[in-house]
This record gives sequence, structure tokens and C-alpha cells, in this order.
Amino acid sequence: MTAMGDAVLEVADLRVEFRTDEGRAQAVRGVNYQLHRGEVLGIVGESGSGKSVASLAVMGLLPGSARVFGSVRFGGRSGGTELLGASDSEFSRVRGQGISMIFQDPMSSLNPVYTVGYQIAEAIRAHHDVSRAAARKQAMELLEAVSIPNPTERVDNYPHELSGGMRQRVVIAIAMANRPEVIIADEPTTALDVTVQAQILEALRTAKVQTGAAMLLITHDLGVIAGQADRVLVMYAGRVVEAGTVEEIFYTPRMPYTLGLLGSQPRLDERRTRLHPISGVPPSVIDLPSGCPFAPRCPLAAPVCEAEEPPLAATSSNGHLSACHFSDQLAGLEPGDLFRPLSRDTAS
Amino acid sequence: MTVLQPVLSVRNLVKHFPVRGRGLLRRRVSDVHAVCDVSFDLYPHETLGLVGESGCGKTTTARVLLNLQPATAGHIRYQGTELTSLPRKAMQRLRRELQIVFQDPYAALDPRLPANEIIAEPLRIHGLYSPSASDSIASDSCGRDKVRELLALVGLKPEHGNRFPHEFSGGQRQRIGIARALALRPKVLILDEPVSALDVSVQAGVLNLLADLQAQLGLSYLFVSHDLSVVRHVADRIAVMYLGRIVETGTSDELFSAPAHPYTQALISAIPLPDPRKERARERIILTGDVPNPANPPSGCRFRTRCPLFTAQLTDPQRHRCTTEIPPLTDHGHGHPAACHYADLPSLSAVRALREREGR
Repeated sequence: MTAMGDAVLEVADLRVEFRTDEGRAQAVRGVNYQLHRGEVLGIVGESGSGKSVASLAVMGLLPGSARVFGSVRFGGRSGGTELLGASDSEFSRVRGQGISMIFQDPMSSLNPVYTVGYQIAEAIRAHHDVSRAAARKQAMELLEAVSIPNPTERVDNYPHELSGGMRQRVVIAIAMANRPEVIIADEPTTALDVTVQAQILEALRTAKVQTGAAMLLITHDLGVIAGQADRVLVMYAGRVVEAGTVEEIFYTPRMPYTLGLLGSQPRLDERRTRLHPISGVPPSVIDLPSGCPFAPRCPLAAPVCEAEEPPLAATSSNGHLSACHFSDQLAGLEPGDLFRPLSRDTAS
Repeated sequence: MTVLQPVLSVRNLVKHFPVRGRGLLRRRVSDVHAVCDVSFDLYPHETLGLVGESGCGKTTTARVLLNLQPATAGHIRYQGTELTSLPRKAMQRLRRELQIVFQDPYAALDPRLPANEIIAEPLRIHGLYSPSASDSIASDSCGRDKVRELLALVGLKPEHGNRFPHEFSGGQRQRIGIARALALRPKVLILDEPVSALDVSVQAGVLNLLADLQAQLGLSYLFVSHDLSVVRHVADRIAVMYLGRIVETGTSDELFSAPAHPYTQALISAIPLPDPRKERARERIILTGDVPNPANPPSGCRFRTRCPLFTAQLTDPQRHRCTTEIPPLTDHGHGHPAACHYADLPSLSAVRALREREGR
């Protein structure tokens, strides 16, 4: 087992394919990243970007029909373990203990026939040798940590007796229970009202601080990324198309898609006269044409873009990577410089 | 000087849904108070945003306006005509002028009809689809041309007309829904979360389209949404709803620069900004607890169970007032009405912090 330095999770050349009736769907096409101790890595992308499939691959939760290639090394306390291809029993040891997960829909994570206290205690006792009483006490403490009111009563509630926001906080409590090294949160706030979202993000922050875990935060919501992430990966058509610190991505983006995403977002703090949409739709990941998958929608597209898919390469700033042949030209550009504020361009 | 008359006027609208018991007779045991005493005006050519979280009653309000659900009580006046008591045939005629665009572009379109037919349907129902130019009134184009015009109006090509819904993307389907709603040349368009199901980059195109159409066709919009950033962008005036009641109304600028009601302040504070430095510098107002059960709403002010003022700043006699007296929608010195007994207290620190940092 090799040491991994500061990285708790190392994903190398992750590829996921599905066989469908229409052909081979390349949902993830070579994703690389490292998650370091104490950091929040945000993965942002719209539908079809592959961000969720990539995360499910890391957690070993894809259906049997998926074909996964590449490497996912989990740092752990005893050196690196390769997760891809690990047996179910090996994975079970890691899940919940080393890596825990929070999904979008809390009802699918919680068992409706057991109380929430039981489920938190179960998570604790699955990995530690503690008495039922001790586990129950810890469960109450965890409920309090995620700001659930009256934890001593709530511990005996069933999931259906709690609101959506409270259920999600129970899921976060379970995720925290064993002080994991990595917490993976896949669209944790998407299904929730915005005031509840704020509560959940607060609970997630508590989880991270109290456990010292690194966090992988997957979402389509740029505002959530701006508030929570230290580093960001932007995904499009199964690949990472830009990577950098959160400030680099939001203030000096170097990939047209990122610029387009930022320009199409209405903002609370300013009343823009026009939004700048990205015309067209993301490509199907079945039989992707050669070249850059964003080229059909890109205002900068040139013949080289259709011929050659640009590699994820360094820009002028260290650590800020972009998959665009013209990333240098984007320095200092605003979304409005590149994307026009159209309404009727619906090329598909 | 003529005073601008509202094109749609809603007064004291109430909608209750009965909750029936499980016994043999399934008697009504209680009511879900979905909409309680809601009043607002929609003026010509403006966009009124109706905003709130799930369960606040905004979608029910939108549906009751068009009698898709009958109102329990209250008045809805369209250009002076009372809608709630209108006989069916008369309402049918008025439906041409009041149309709706639904949220789910996947459920709102008949999967068995091609786009042309979906858009033509309202024309056919109202007898306005003339098969050919020779049959139509001299100045009226034939049905097929009308449909083609409508497709172009929403940015779709003529060849798109022959395709079925499943062949379109979400954004395109929503455009078809909009074209259908415009077929009868309405004056008022009710939009129920029209972009919520779409990716952000696609939302932008549809929002731009709605803005263009409003300018081009002189439409008035009632824009229902939970997404305050979107509403900020589109609405001239906004009404905020909580648990069946309107808690604050004002122009878009007024509401965002000086929100008076504690719920509005919390709502604004909760929305994340896609700007790392600004977002991390903000102070948050985190509401405690969850939205109460609309079948059993709190007495007096419905927001009191989660209100930061109630929890932290008010005295006992003040709390008593919140528990027993429903706060009326009045101006407490902010320039626009808010339903809060203590809206004139210094605004919560988080909102002040947001404003200070933005240099307002």
C-alpha cells in the first residue's frame, strides 16, 4: 500500500460506459481529480454531464450493467486501497466508515420501518463495538449537532414523522456518525425549499467541521458551489472541462461553457436586463462525435475544435486547468462578450 | 389624468380543501387552508411575481384564478367582469384571454400529438382554426399559417411542427407550451413555475423569450415561482406568500433593497449567490423548524412559529399579539405593505449586513 500524501481520495482516468439499445453510452470519459484532507471539492454540471454517474462509480453504487474503468484510490488511515473492482465486503467496510454518502432524496436513504435513532445507532454499531445504550446516546448527540430540535424525543420518530428537511439532516447525522474521511454529497439540497436548503448547508458545514472530513459536493447549483466549495470541477459531456479554485472558476473562467453557465444565471444582487443563454442542448453521450463536445454550441468554435478534443491542460495560472483550444483568449472576458442575449436560438 | 385599471383584480380569495376522515361516511374532519384571504392586482403589461416555498398556496392561487379549481370564496375580476360566478359558456369565451403555462414540460403536452396539433388545439376548441385560406374570413389567415407563426414566435422552426414531444428537449417543450398558450392571443398569461424544470443555461433562453413576447404582444404576466433569483429578474412587482397568505408586496427593487417582513428577509438571505466572495461574506438568517401543517395553521400570524423576531426580539405582550391577532397587510414605513405587527422594528442584522456590503 502506497502513501498518498495529502490526498484522501484519488480518481484517475475514470471511465463509465453503459450498453444501451442505441449503442454504447459513454457517461464518463476520463475524469481525474484528487480530494485533499479538509477541502470541499465541488463538481458542477447540468443534466447529462456525468457528474452523478462519476460519483456513483466512486461509491461503487452503479448497476451491474455499467462498465467502469480506471482507478479510485481511497487514502484511509492505513494507506491507499483501490476501490474499483473491490468486492462487496471490502466496499462495505469502507462505506459508512471511511466514506459516507448523502443523496438527494432522504426517503430513499432512510428505512421507513425503523426509527431514526435506531438507524443512526445501527450505523455506529456496524463499525464500532459499542453498547446499544451508548449508541443511542451518540445518536441523540448527533441529532443535536445537526440542529434537530428536541433530539431526545425525535430520536424515536419514524422518518415519515419528519419533514423533508429534517430527514435530510438525519441522513447527515448518519453520515457523520463514524467520523468518515470523506463525505460525498450528491445534490443534497436540490429537492428542498430554499430556507430548508440553508439549514442543510449549515448542517453539512457542521458535519465537515466536526468530523474533519473532506467533502465531495456534487450539484448543478452555482450558488451552492460558490458558498461551499474550495476547488471546483466543471463537467460537460462526461469530462472535466475546467478545474480550479472557486475564485478562479467564478471570476476568471477559461472555458466557454463555464462562461456560458455564469452568464445564464439570474442573480439576486443585480437586476440584469438580459440573460445570456447557451443555445442548443448538450450532446447525447451515445456515439459522441469527435472533437470538442461543446463545439456545436460554442461561439469560439473553429475547425480545430471539431477535429480535436482539447485536453484538460494548464492555463497561465498554476492548478487552473481548462479543456479549450482557446483558453488564453478567454482571459478577462465576461459572459456577455461571448454569448449573445438571444431568445429564439433553439438549434438542437 | 386616467388612473390605470388593473386587468386582473383578486379580492379575499379563499380556497380550502376538505380533509375527509376514514370512517364509513368519510366526513370532513378538517380543511387544508391552501389559500386564505389573498388579494392582489395585476396591471396591464406588467409582470407580477407570486413567490413562496412549497405549500404556500401560490400554485393553488394560479389554478383558482382560471377556475381550474373552483374558489371557496372571494372575488376575481377580469377587466371588470366577475369570474367566480360566471356561467360556463361565458367563462369559456373569457378563457381565450387568460391562459396558463405549466411547470412540467413533460406532463403538459399530449405525447400522442405532434407539436402542430398541440398548438392548434386551442384554436380548434374555440372554432378559430380555419382549414384553408379560402374558408377563412378575409383578414384571417388559415389555421396552418397561424400555427407556423406561433412556432416562429417561440423560436422553433416549421419542421419542428411535425415532431412529437418526446423528440424535443425540455426547453423546446416549454416553448411549445408557451406557443399553445399564445394561440388565442390572450391578454394575461399565468406562468406556473415555467422554468423550474429546466437547466440553468436553457432557462435563460426561455426567460429572454418571455420578456420579448411581453414587449411584442403587450401581455401581462402572473409569474408563480419559488426561485427568487428568477423572479427578481422577470418581475416588476412581487407578492410573497407564506402558508396561504400574502405576507408582503412591493416592487422588485423595494422588496430586495428593503424587505420588511421577517420571512421575506429570511428568504432573501437563504438564496445562495453565484459569487464566492459575496456569498461567503453574507450573514445568514436561518429559520428554525419547519413549515406548519396547512390543515392546522398557527393562530394569529402564521409565521410566528419560525419567526426570528418572535423567538429572539419580542417581549411577551408582543408575542401575545402575534399569537392572537392576524397581522394586516399595511405599510409600516417601508413604502410597501407587509403583514407583520412589528415590521417597523430595526431590520434583522443579516439583511442590513447584506445591504451594507453592497454599498446601498
